[in-house]
Amino acid sequence: MAERLLSYSEAIREAQADCLARDPSVYLMGLGVPGPTGIFGSTKGLVERFGADRVLDMPASEGGMTGVALGTAIAGMRPILVHVRVDFAVLSMEALVNQAAKWHFMYGGKMRAPLTVRMIIGRGWGQGPQHSQSLQAWFGHVPGLKVVMPATASDAKGMLTAAVEDDAPVIVLEHRWLYGVTGAVPEGRHVRPLSGAKVMREGRHVTLAGFSYMVLECMRAADLLASVGIEAEVIDLRTLTPIDIDTITASVAKTGRIVTADTGHSQFGATAEVTSLVAEHAFHHLKKPPARIALPAVPTPTTPSLADAYYPRAIDIARRALVLCDSDAALEEPPPLTPWLDVPEPRFTGPY
Amino acid sequence: MTTFPDNPVAMSNLPPPADVRVEMLRSLLRIRLVEEEIVRRYGEGEMRCPTHICIGQEAPPVGVSAHLRRTDAVFAAHRSHGHYLAKGADLDAMIAELYGRETGCARGRGGSQHLVDLDAGFMGSAPILASTVSVGVGVAWAAKRRGEDRVVAVYFGDGATEEGAFHEALNFAGVNRLPVVFVCENNLYSVHTPLDVRQPARGIHEFGPVNGMAGVQGDGNDVDSVWALAGQAVTRARQGQGPTLLEFMTYRRKEHCGPGEDDALGYRPVAEVRRWHDRCPVQNYERRLVAEDLVTELDVQSMREAIAAEIAQAFEAARAAPFPAAADLGRYVYPSDQENA
Repeated sequence: MAERLLSYSEAIREAQADCLARDPSVYLMGLGVPGPTGIFGSTKGLVERFGADRVLDMPASEGGMTGVALGTAIAGMRPILVHVRVDFAVLSMEALVNQAAKWHFMYGGKMRAPLTVRMIIGRGWGQGPQHSQSLQAWFGHVPGLKVVMPATASDAKGMLTAAVEDDAPVIVLEHRWLYGVTGAVPEGRHVRPLSGAKVMREGRHVTLAGFSYMVLECMRAADLLASVGIEAEVIDLRTLTPIDIDTITASVAKTGRIVTADTGHSQFGATAEVTSLVAEHAFHHLKKPPARIALPAVPTPTTPSLADAYYPRAIDIARRALVLCDSDAALEEPPPLTPWLDVPEPRFTGPY
Repeated sequence: MTTFPDNPVAMSNLPPPADVRVEMLRSLLRIRLVEEEIVRRYGEGEMRCPTHICIGQEAPPVGVSAHLRRTDAVFAAHRSHGHYLAKGADLDAMIAELYGRETGCARGRGGSQHLVDLDAGFMGSAPILASTVSVGVGVAWAAKRRGEDRVVAVYFGDGATEEGAFHEALNFAGVNRLPVVFVCENNLYSVHTPLDVRQPARGIHEFGPVNGMAGVQGDGNDVDSVWALAGQAVTRARQGQGPTLLEFMTYRRKEHCGPGEDDALGYRPVAEVRRWHDRCPVQNYERRLVAEDLVTELDVQSMREAIAAEIAQAFEAARAAPFPAAADLGRYVYPSDQENA
């Protein structure tokens, strides 16, 4: 059978539609979820199909409504709560961190909180300091939460479905620049595990391990490196809790070198955690110190001139890998497709 | 006492039926005696968790719970022993929880601040002031969506009404006319900070009407008047007429957290402390029922003795119960089908 291609956002929409169709206890809620633009298309058409009592708008009360969703979850429902940007979810940290994450534990296992929270990470087009943060490390620090970052359309559907079916609170972080990326996605119930990294491309000289959108940049970096004879192995890390150190260690045992790339800040971030785990578990395999590619300790600037300098890209990953490989090969960045680098591809037009 | 004409909760002048009043006295006495035993033994250092004693604030949970069914749900905050016991939750499991034992209601993972008894409809307590308010609203919303006959009562203090989550929860309950009774026990202090430096002069119950529900202030040290106001609020919720915000004026007798008195700190005026001391909700109710010939002093004495025996047994069982095993440290972080194996 021919593979069916879906975009990442279509895969998210299909996962939600399938979960709503299969399980009457599932509902979908967020500011703008049933609205005309439908969370960048990812919820479009769902209210028409499932009705306004299952696909719901809500007051702009991110904290209170997370508590409300938690209440429905402990009463047996399976809410999917959507934040159009991670930055708004910051208002719900109390309900997520103090309450949802601990609800099962602090009552001795008496209740379960099957809450799924979708949060979208922005980038470019002047999103600026409060519309483009990538705060996965905050959530990854909290026991009781599961934190996942699907990078492919297949995982977008499969991991969101797994999140809805899981009995723990799950944070699903979706990168806005992945929304238009297409991939093969199975029809019907499609579940992908909420743990385990995936080797996307095999190689023997250096490991490039990425989260979310940075997996794409790692794949592009691997192409650049291949042009100078360096074979990079690319790993889609997929989840923060847990980080699959076994797959990373197996790769580093082969390559002896690793660059970890994340969409968030480097300090106290996901790349710091991966690097610590590599030091603990794969130290004896390392030929070079582990390297990290992540955001600098600077809030997101709005102007494209600074944003272009702010976000690391494939060329940055590839050049770091070259250093690890003691290569003095010259790598040229491919000419940009747009005047500024603040959009994922030329068809993409702001504002969003 | 204030009522709001656009959404009135009329005061009833009828006292509760005699049998209800006797049961409420028993419930008041039971909470008081449990708290006094915790106070007496806390210094032994075996109850190793922050414990907020509710002596002086027994009337709101007793008067509210008198109208609740076992299937109705209750949420509370940090000072929640009274809410838990008044709802009929398990005393042995609460004491064992304070002692950190595996037989505790939260298997020792929660302590005094995280009580739970699902069989009794006590669905949780948490010390971040307003946090369980929205969770309770969620349970009420789930009940309404599924057509279940279930009322949710959420207890919180005056401090909680200064947190955003409280207002967000009231707004949502109001717009959806959810079956919730919001019960504010206004004891005038958040830890040591008086109400008048935290809030402008107003009644907390005034947040009711602006959120589409009745808001009523009542005497939180008089269980009969709590019973009257709560009865109407619970009835409204049960009949689909939406939520109510009840504000009960009351007073904490002990220090904020722990078994002691802290009047020497001087943060509460002596005359105020004395005035509230004279308004003891347990002692005055006992006197009232004796004066009205509903019970004799002998009846009260035998109530006390029966309760004392129950309490002694609960403490004995708790202290004999096992602690959770260190090997089980990671249990219940994430749900699994094997976790209770």
